[in-house]
Amino acid sequence: MTRSGWTGTLVFAVAAVLAALVAAHAGYTADLSAFLPRAPTAEQRLLTEELRAGLASRLIMVAVEGADAAARAQAAAGLARRLRADPAFVEVSDGELDELAPTAEFLLRHRYQLSDAVTAQRFSAAGLHAAIGETLDLLTGPEGLLVKRLFTRDPTGETFHLLDELDAPRIATVDGVWSSRDGRRALLIAQTRAAGSDTDGQERAAAAIRTAFAAAAAALPRARGSLVLRLSGAGVFAVTSRAVIRAQVLQLSALSAILIAALLLIAYRSAAALFLTFVPVASGALAGIAAVSLGFGVVHGITLGFGVTLIGEAVDYAIYLFIQTEWRRSAWPTIRLGMLTSVCGFAALVPSGFPGLAQLGLYSIAGLAAAALVTRFVLPEWRPRLLHTRDLAAFGGALGQALARLQRARLALVAVAVAALLVLLANRNTLFSRELSDLSPVPLADQELNASLRADLGAPDARYLVVVSSADSASTLAGAEAVALRLRTLSAAGIIGGFASPTRYLPSPATQRARQASLPPPAELAVHLQQALIGLPVSARRLEPFLEDVEAARKAPLLTAHDLAGTPLGGAVDALLTVNGGTATAFLPLTSPNGGELSPAAIAGIRAAAEHAPPPVSGPPVFARMLDLKAEADDLYTHYLGQAVALSLAGLGAILVLLIVARSPARALRIVAPLVLAVLVVAAALIAVGQRLGILHVVGMLLIVAVGSNYALFFDRLAQHPPAEASRTLASLAVANLATVIGFGVLAFSSVPVLAALGRTTAPGALLALLFSALLAPRSAFASTAAAPSS
Amino acid sequence: MTLPSRCGVAGALLLALAMPAGAAVQPATAPATAEARAPAGDPLDELLRELARRRHAHAAFTEVQYLAMLDRPLESSGELLYEAPDRLEKRTLKPRAETLTLAHGVLSATRRGRTRTVELAAYPQLAPLIESLRATLAGDRAALEQVFSTHLEGDLAHWRLRLTPRNPDAARVVKAVLISGAHASLATVEILQTDGDRSLLSIGPELSP
Repeated sequence: MTRSGWTGTLVFAVAAVLAALVAAHAGYTADLSAFLPRAPTAEQRLLTEELRAGLASRLIMVAVEGADAAARAQAAAGLARRLRADPAFVEVSDGELDELAPTAEFLLRHRYQLSDAVTAQRFSAAGLHAAIGETLDLLTGPEGLLVKRLFTRDPTGETFHLLDELDAPRIATVDGVWSSRDGRRALLIAQTRAAGSDTDGQERAAAAIRTAFAAAAAALPRARGSLVLRLSGAGVFAVTSRAVIRAQVLQLSALSAILIAALLLIAYRSAAALFLTFVPVASGALAGIAAVSLGFGVVHGITLGFGVTLIGEAVDYAIYLFIQTEWRRSAWPTIRLGMLTSVCGFAALVPSGFPGLAQLGLYSIAGLAAAALVTRFVLPEWRPRLLHTRDLAAFGGALGQALARLQRARLALVAVAVAALLVLLANRNTLFSRELSDLSPVPLADQELNASLRADLGAPDARYLVVVSSADSASTLAGAEAVALRLRTLSAAGIIGGFASPTRYLPSPATQRARQASLPPPAELAVHLQQALIGLPVSARRLEPFLEDVEAARKAPLLTAHDLAGTPLGGAVDALLTVNGGTATAFLPLTSPNGGELSPAAIAGIRAAAEHAPPPVSGPPVFARMLDLKAEADDLYTHYLGQAVALSLAGLGAILVLLIVARSPARALRIVAPLVLAVLVVAAALIAVGQRLGILHVVGMLLIVAVGSNYALFFDRLAQHPPAEASRTLASLAVANLATVIGFGVLAFSSVPVLAALGRTTAPGALLALLFSALLAPRSAFASTAAAPSS
Repeated sequence: MTLPSRCGVAGALLLALAMPAGAAVQPATAPATAEARAPAGDPLDELLRELARRRHAHAAFTEVQYLAMLDRPLESSGELLYEAPDRLEKRTLKPRAETLTLAHGVLSATRRGRTRTVELAAYPQLAPLIESLRATLAGDRAALEQVFSTHLEGDLAHWRLRLTPRNPDAARVVKAVLISGAHASLATVEILQTDGDRSLLSIGPELSP
């Protein structure tokens, strides 16, 4: 090895150790959230975070299927009993009555602070007369049996009013446990202690449910083996996504490495060369991980998945080195320019607001630069003197002849271009996907199960909500009450299906005080009651418990979040009211009347309710607005899709400028034209088979240009090579292209949409880029290869 | 996100309050011997067959409820409508207008312009009160015996049917439902509660449809 070789190896070793250290200490994440668009404003980011960790994300919907209804109900009840004993779950609900008692007790005890019907008017003689009269009506109705026990304590029916206001979904019951409407599933809901964003915690919770189910099913020997457990929910999705991404990144990387190794072994007939070929690839992957870790603090699992794509391109460098003999003089300058064009293209992604794209950009830049540098300065020095790789000049020569013949038909490319443009033009309004959910790696069947369980359980998807915030929770709650008052009007009119508010269980201190103040002192209440009972079949002496309860309520301390802690209602308030630093935020989730989308008119009504609610008389200002999370997410997605297109075009522009400077405008055009054509044809083909283009398709197109520019650059200079070397260059291009197509082709079979989109775009694109570059190369390009079929 | 417990409908919660605290769940009472197996010509079958032939009915009613906590009984009156096999309407006109409708297993109560709806199947506790009347009118023995153990006295001209709830939750509240009548006409429906309270529904002469 030469002196400079030792220097190169030393620098390489030190850099590799440093990068390995960084990579070893990097944070890795695999849930999809890091790959979702980053909300542009700090406020939205905060909201998304809170929603992600909030109540809806902590609910696991559990279904028991199979066997018969009785066995399902028993298994579900057994499962619920086991889970209730597990501290990993805050609450497990399956419709069992005993579980409701604490909630009902709490409402009864605090009814005069909680009920919005409590006003001074209601406790006047006339008000009491009317209220007690109404309760007597209930007493004679079918609910009478239920109301009766409470009548002497609560003759004005506040508890019934509160329960009525709960507006809980109607869930069918079979054999005492919740059931799906078609009766084929027993259902329960488990609320995990772990936040939805805590994927490890969610995974443990899901595992605990499976274990408990196995035990519950084992206790039913009659139904053993025929009962099936199904889980769904945001946390479950996160766990599934992570497992899918993790498994696929490993499997696909391994598969493409094996396939490419097999290809290279055939091409080189040298194990040593094969080993050396992977040195720049591994160096590139390591450099990429280190760069992303340093640049972003955390490396996403999907970014590692793109390691596969790096194999596709970085492997090319070593292939050129081992197949072309005139490497340093003729190949390296071309590779250098090719690498720089790729870097230009990827650099355009780095400023993207979409974390996944930015990571991909940085990963690729660092990875390609490292791979190219290792190939140039380290690998040649390690190349054993006696390393004999197969001479592919003959293969290249034959290929050259074939391409020269094919070139005669290159006018047909005009027709191809026109056809592609026509397809794109005909579908111009539906070219791009606008739904963020298209990125979800959760299988469609799982998403459908989720939708049907949600419908059966009336579980909210927290899509529509009004967000109220202020500097302290008292003001926030007061603001939420003002909004809730208006929402109630919309709900009564059937414009919205219903809504939840933390103030239902935790009214603002001002409201609680006002309600307490409207309760008359004992002597006065006794007088009012005497007058109120005239004409009613009740005597005051029976209502002593009522007088006692009202007096206790008058003196009761204000209800605080602390009082609710540990009750199911506390869980609800925790989810709907968060206090974070100097901001208290209340969430009021809404549902549509039919469970589907809200009409534009309803949305306008809600916006008005949120934005025109009267401002507080005193205290800090209160902000309220309506959010449609799906629309916001889709808007963000569309925004980033537009950004990805713009950035990719910028990347293409940068590549063009670089080529113009390095070559000439005419040659630059000649190099870029086949690449653009390849992109057009791939886009048209994807559209033709019914795909809509998403962000990763656009990135894939950028990759076509980045990878394809190498081929185009080689064809551009092919005529200047001596015949045998031109043939070898051609052969190396074919092998490199095959390696790239394998690398991306494997991705195309991924069930993770982002990886599949990338593979399905880039694999055919790279092949076409090579083909079109060959066809559009100067006619002289293949002259020398054709003249020397063998050497 | 109304409530993390999805604690279900107001009625279920109310029931949680209404049930005596800590009351042990009693096993369902064993089927009464009378209906262990109906021999041919079983009087209950005969009665129910006769009732089942009636496709609709429309009659006036008066109801008196005797509640220990009230100073005097509560009286109400109105009309009953029945369409076979599962539509039952109780229109109270006095003292306040209120309509209870049972249609295809869904019970709705309308008073003061507001309607509350309840799926009967979700309320094994409420079901007996409604089902007693409906299943008897429909002559639906299977439905009747699913909810109650039955005991029939008298003859077709003057029969008296005693229904005891099987569901332990219901049995904690309702002691028995007593229905009397002559042939396919019902005369009285009396509901006896475990705490001694009771209600008596008297069905008057048929009104023109």
